[in-house]
Amino acid sequence: MSATTQPALAPAKNAAVAARLGRSRKRGDMMARSLSLLATSIGLIFLTSILVTLFYKGFNAMNLSVFTEVTRPPGSNGGLLNAIVGSLIQVALGTAIGTPIGMLVGTYLAEYARGSAFGGMVRFVSDILLSAPSILIGLFVYSLLVLPFGGFSGWAGVAALAIIIIPIVVRTTEDMLSLIPNTLREAVIGLGSPKWKMIVLVCWRSAISGIITGVLLGIARIAGETAPLLFTSLGNNAWSTDLTQPLPSLPITIYSYAGSPFQDWIELAWAGALVITLAVLGLNIAARSLFSGKK
Amino acid sequence: MSATMTDQATQSAGFGGLSARSSAELNQTARISIRNLDFFYGTNKALKSINMDYPEKQVTGMIGPSGCGKSTLLRVLNRMYSLYPGQRATGEVLMDGNNIIADDVDMNALRSKVGMVFQKPTPFPMTIYENIAFGIRLHEKLNRAQMDERIEWALTRAAIWGEVKDRLNTSAMGLSGGQQQRLCIARTIAVRPEVILFDEPTSALDPISTLKIEELIDELKRDFTIAIVTHNMQQAARCADQVAFFYLGELIEVAPAAQLFTAPKEQKTQEYITGRFG
Repeated sequence: MSATTQPALAPAKNAAVAARLGRSRKRGDMMARSLSLLATSIGLIFLTSILVTLFYKGFNAMNLSVFTEVTRPPGSNGGLLNAIVGSLIQVALGTAIGTPIGMLVGTYLAEYARGSAFGGMVRFVSDILLSAPSILIGLFVYSLLVLPFGGFSGWAGVAALAIIIIPIVVRTTEDMLSLIPNTLREAVIGLGSPKWKMIVLVCWRSAISGIITGVLLGIARIAGETAPLLFTSLGNNAWSTDLTQPLPSLPITIYSYAGSPFQDWIELAWAGALVITLAVLGLNIAARSLFSGKK
Repeated sequence: MSATMTDQATQSAGFGGLSARSSAELNQTARISIRNLDFFYGTNKALKSINMDYPEKQVTGMIGPSGCGKSTLLRVLNRMYSLYPGQRATGEVLMDGNNIIADDVDMNALRSKVGMVFQKPTPFPMTIYENIAFGIRLHEKLNRAQMDERIEWALTRAAIWGEVKDRLNTSAMGLSGGQQQRLCIARTIAVRPEVILFDEPTSALDPISTLKIEELIDELKRDFTIAIVTHNMQQAARCADQVAFFYLGELIEVAPAAQLFTAPKEQKTQEYITGRFG
């Protein structure tokens, strides 16, 4: 309108068009907002209902004998002690074996193999392993450690859990080391330090809280794994801590008890599920607070 | 300040033009001599046939616009470039008669003789005490008393002892930027090097901290040969005895500071120091 008289300025806004555009923007905003709210609430409803059911049934089934008695035949007041201890042994050993390997591989990728083709390949394979279905890992260990040695064993379960935690630790170790600025590395090298001392004394120390966080999340992941144990440590209804024999574990006990027709077994399965959930929740909270506390 | 600078300038007057240099008649030895140095980032030639000396126990300032090669040259002197595949240097960098860019040089030993302070303070994630002890332990075995003594000496020389003596066992990350930088200087001199390289040591610091570091450099040259890369020509004029001007990978001119800033021989130097480019 005024464009002809004042060519230097842009033409004035057409109020009607602006209002129409504004209304259509508002409509679009409303639609996007309600769709995301809907999606969020659907997710939340499922999550809450799972948790509420779990907590309700789990707490009802919870009593001291869950932690003091071993698994027994239906109707004889058994507990989950052997399964809990079996799980602790396998998760602890799997972590103890998998963590150093994962840390060293992650360190290799971040400190020695940056930009190299072989490093890229290792990273790619590790990432595939990270998302591989865990039952495949169980089958792999089955053919490697169960068939040749003539039976299911706790060690085979430990191996399967270690293989699952390795790529998790590789990933976090590499990520945390990559966050360290190169100037810090140069400062260490500039003092006349060999590279391995730089890595062990400075880089690991800088990255340690992040790496521990990754390990805790890895433990949380393997603590609930069932599939890789089915073909390896198998499960055991009696008390056993012998790693050369089939070893009980919480996820497998839950798996077999939950599918049984016996009411007291089903209740024990709920109690076991609650124990695992609380443990995983605790590990996640510990990991989060450790990471944010250090930063 | 200006009086001492003229003294030093007359003292090292012979270091100006490359042809006029003669260590014998100046009673001044070159701590590091660079002869026909070329440097490559992959196939890109970043330094072209550099020839210059770093006189012993003097401050050599290295100036020039960004990308001129001054930092690259500094990183040749302690072989920092050797960390990165694809970077290589040819020619001679002589220190005690040895070519330090030769393949068989023990780089850890070299770096204990040629220390480096970086643009950004780089405290290690440990206590103040451990930060200093770290470098010492790499090269020497000291008992607790000797270690304490050395650490006090280094922190005192870096003009930070008074500020940290009551908190040696607290994390070095809690110090201010200027304090961290002086801690890094203390960490470098604790190893007792002969040469200290400063790579724009004050560009991340406030004016007060900058002043402290500059005073420190002036004090340190009693015992150490110093090379300092700086973007700040006033800083070069304040700190350096000898100044080298680089442009596009070439050493255009190296001369005593007073001479280079008042009567440069080269047209390019004249243009740069009067602010016509860069």
